[in-house]
Amino acid sequence: MLPVAVIAFVGPFVSPHDPTDLLSSPYASPTRAYPLGTDTLGRDVLSQLLCGGLDLLLEAMIATLLGVGLAVILGMLLGTSSSRASGFALRVNDTLLALPQIVLALLVLTRIGPSVAALVLVVAAFHVPQTTRVIRAATLGVAQEDFVQSAEVIGMSRGRILFFEILPNITAPVFVELGIRLAISTVTLASLGYLGFTGAQTDWGRMVYENQGGLTIQPWAVLAPAAAIAVFLIGMNLISDGLARASGARGT
Amino acid sequence: MKRPLTRLLVTRIVFGLGMLWAVSILVFFFTQALPGDVARQILGQNATAEQVARLRLELGLDKTVVEQYATWLWSLLQGDLGMSLASGTSVWDLIRGRVVNSLVLVVITSLITFPLAFYLGTSAARRRGGVTDAIVSGLVLVLLALPGFLIGVLTVVLFATNVFRLLPPTSVIDPARAALLQPSLLVLPVLALVLGCLPYLTQMVRGTMVEALDSEYVTWARLYGVSERRVVWWHALRNVAAPSLQVATSTLVYLVGGIVAVETVFSYPGMGSALVSSVSNRDIPVVQAITMLIAATTLFLYVVADVAGILLTPKVRTSL
Repeated sequence: MLPVAVIAFVGPFVSPHDPTDLLSSPYASPTRAYPLGTDTLGRDVLSQLLCGGLDLLLEAMIATLLGVGLAVILGMLLGTSSSRASGFALRVNDTLLALPQIVLALLVLTRIGPSVAALVLVVAAFHVPQTTRVIRAATLGVAQEDFVQSAEVIGMSRGRILFFEILPNITAPVFVELGIRLAISTVTLASLGYLGFTGAQTDWGRMVYENQGGLTIQPWAVLAPAAAIAVFLIGMNLISDGLARASGARGT
Repeated sequence: MKRPLTRLLVTRIVFGLGMLWAVSILVFFFTQALPGDVARQILGQNATAEQVARLRLELGLDKTVVEQYATWLWSLLQGDLGMSLASGTSVWDLIRGRVVNSLVLVVITSLITFPLAFYLGTSAARRRGGVTDAIVSGLVLVLLALPGFLIGVLTVVLFATNVFRLLPPTSVIDPARAALLQPSLLVLPVLALVLGCLPYLTQMVRGTMVEALDSEYVTWARLYGVSERRVVWWHALRNVAAPSLQVATSTLVYLVGGIVAVETVFSYPGMGSALVSSVSNRDIPVVQAITMLIAATTLFLYVVADVAGILLTPKVRTSL
């Protein structure tokens, strides 16, 4: 996973060519000048690979931090407030889940068009319901502990209790959630890229789509970005799986 | 027992309909009620003022937002999905065949995925730590990580273009013949979808099965001399069914979302690819119709799973 992150973040600075320049004939096989060959329009696949991951990973990270951050606040509030209020809030939360994430994203993008801000917000919003549930459950467990009760007794404000007493004790589920959600954000954004709705000129997902027709002639143009996405996501999954096992926050 | 059951059904159905109504507001808001000149956005900068005015009239944009929503919802309730802006034909005529094609994909995939997930999950749970378990868990971890479109493209690489050339890489279906009658075109999309939804379900079945096999009643059944096969496939599996139902629903919902990307990979003429093209064309009535149809389907699945889950859990069932 780390090599892929390095490619994505350092790649744009060491890319040998402009990823959008039409350099050679379409679907040229790998040569010394173009180590991974060229794509459907004759652009350098290596440069595209180096530049196509930055937006994807950055957007995924921002969306994850936003979504999980909001869910942590909501989950802690719901976990410490009356059961009726939190029951209602959770129901409202669930309405968002009636549409599969990719469909919701497409719906929002219909009018707005490919906009990075809208994309990030939709992906972030989609994390809120489920993550809120997880954090609320974790908060409920901690809220019964003696140190929280005593903090209440000595008159500590609610905000201080949430931030200084509860938050430090639910870091394990928060980190597990961050790992899982980062993987989901990346899946959604890569899929939207594949479908052509991220507006990015160079994008791993889009590279796969554009060069699919030339698979038999120049497979690298598809396999290189596909491998980058796959390695990153599998690595991400292994990490969050390990985190979850270590903290025992999620079942077997 | 009979009356509480009716009441349960009624409350769940009412709740589902309420959610659907909430979704309809969401869909309408994002497609039509967002600030900005809808007609101009659809037609682009090159359209004449006359064309824009005509479209505005056609969409009823001269009325207030609430009136527009009411009119839209009313015709939707009467089964009128409106006219496609891109092709000028009725939306229903446009998507009818595609709905059937997508349904074919979803049904075949479910018929393969569910038994297979139960079989794999149970086999892995029975020989914990064994070879089967290791292989199944490894595959689950890898497949779970990959987006649907990537799995689709990888099946194309493996079976249609680079490694073996057994199957057609795209599903250019002859529209005059039913998709079901052209099986070679269905194999790869179905394979991609099965690989996409199998891991989650398998993992869940394995987890609950491990728990069930460790429980006392299974030990008692074994001591009683019940055959191992019957212990696993009858006693234990019955207790896995209820918790698995929730996961099965999420799997089906994933499947409904998954067809969007997978249909695009194979150019399969279904609802998903229709949604993608109508979103890029800003063909608002088609987007509205398809998203509402998808929302109705997922909500229906949630309600069915909810009720079935209650009926399948003996403790809850008898307390009704």
